[in-house]
Amino acid sequence: MKISRSPWLLHYDGSSCNGCDIEVLAATTPRFDVERFGIINTGNPKHADIFLCTGGINAQNQDVVRQIYDQMPDPKVVLACGICACDGGIFKDCYNILGGTDTVIPVDVYVPGCAVRPEALIDGVIKALAILDDKKARMKKEGYRSLTSEEYRKKRETADA
Amino acid sequence: MMNVYSIIAIAAYLICAPFAASIFSGVDRIVTARMQGRKGPGLMQAWWDLMKLFSKESTTVNDIQKVLVVAHCFFAVFSGAVFFGGGDLLLVFFSLTMAEVFLILAAYSVNAAYSEIGAQRELLQMMAYEPMILLTAVGFYMSTGSFGVAQIIKTDIPLVLKMPGFFIGFCFILIVKLRKSPFDIATSHHAHQEIIKGLTGDLSGRIYGLSELAELYEEVLMLGMIGLFFITSDPLSPVYAIIAVSAVMFVMSFTDNIFPRVKWEVLLKLAWIVTFFAGGTNLLLLTLI
Ligand code: SF4
Repeated sequence: MKISRSPWLLHYDGSSCNGCDIEVLAATTPRFDVERFGIINTGNPKHADIFLCTGGINAQNQDVVRQIYDQMPDPKVVLACGICACDGGIFKDCYNILGGTDTVIPVDVYVPGCAVRPEALIDGVIKALAILDDKKARMKKEGYRSLTSEEYRKKRETADA
Repeated sequence: MMNVYSIIAIAAYLICAPFAASIFSGVDRIVTARMQGRKGPGLMQAWWDLMKLFSKESTTVNDIQKVLVVAHCFFAVFSGAVFFGGGDLLLVFFSLTMAEVFLILAAYSVNAAYSEIGAQRELLQMMAYEPMILLTAVGFYMSTGSFGVAQIIKTDIPLVLKMPGFFIGFCFILIVKLRKSPFDIATSHHAHQEIIKGLTGDLSGRIYGLSELAELYEEVLMLGMIGLFFITSDPLSPVYAIIAVSAVMFVMSFTDNIFPRVKWEVLLKLAWIVTFFAGGTNLLLLTLI
């Protein structure tokens, strides 16, 4: 049984301009209908498999993103949607922006675009599904477990040093 | 009392109910999607969801939560088994209520805001539908002289003819019980997620899977109740029952799609008014005739 048959995703709007969020919602409309892949847009981190983050990380939302990520049960994947979520985008040099999603949590798939197109988004999710299946297999075989946001922070600190 | 047939029926229920309910919910979701001009998920989507949940890590908030959810699942399955084994309707409904109470306790036990709202709402919903459920059991007793499902299905004419009011009332509260619009709340899984997932918001992985499994069993039990209005001693009657159940399911999807959500006060009023007029009048007639 593949976990990718039933991916539930959680959408969090970081400091996005809402352009990407509209496109994320567009993916659930009749034209794109992500539900045909069994995808459900759940608002609950405890039920989610895919964390879809739009917009950059700023001083206020960094803890929220960490908390959401840590609450998600394994196996999980993180999708950075839009160039803001990938590396800060046009807001990169703003005083309050720390960077892309990967400044606080490990990101598995980067979907660029400003705004990200629903097609690109669906492609990104499909890519994430393969990673999800892989993580599940590794979980079973070698007891794999994702890094917590705290471990990720330490890892980044040692890498920077 | 237990004979070979009831043992076979119970075994079939235990094994087939999750599949049957998955198909029902798959059809429901596809029909809903088509009504909205979408393609919709696969037929067995609920089954894949369930399998996924069982293979995920579960993070529980406290140990009592696990015990309560297991008890919820046990009682839900037990009530279905009693029903399909031809047992007593009263026992079925009381253990179903027990199951609900355990789930509500599980939601209260985590001490989280959204779970609590969900639990309170569930209590209100129980208050709305319980009178009708009990009345239906009484209705079956009045028209057949027995609470036993095994006796009830020995009737010569479909009971829906004797108890149309109960049937309408029961279909009405089924909308509440199956958490369909207009009597649902803005929980996630539907792109409007004001109160996250409410009742089951703090369950995850396997534990959440168990509560979903219980829901599948419950759904089959509820549809079985609809079937009971149509089953007679005629060997062809199960066919009519299945047609009736499908029709009811379609009406459920339809109402789910066309009605805006109402507040709980309206839910309670409507449910009790329907119970009083449809169920009450029918009961009165059964008593008089
Ligand atoms: S990538 Fe573009 S559309 Fe998306 S949030 Fe950033 S600025 Fe807005």
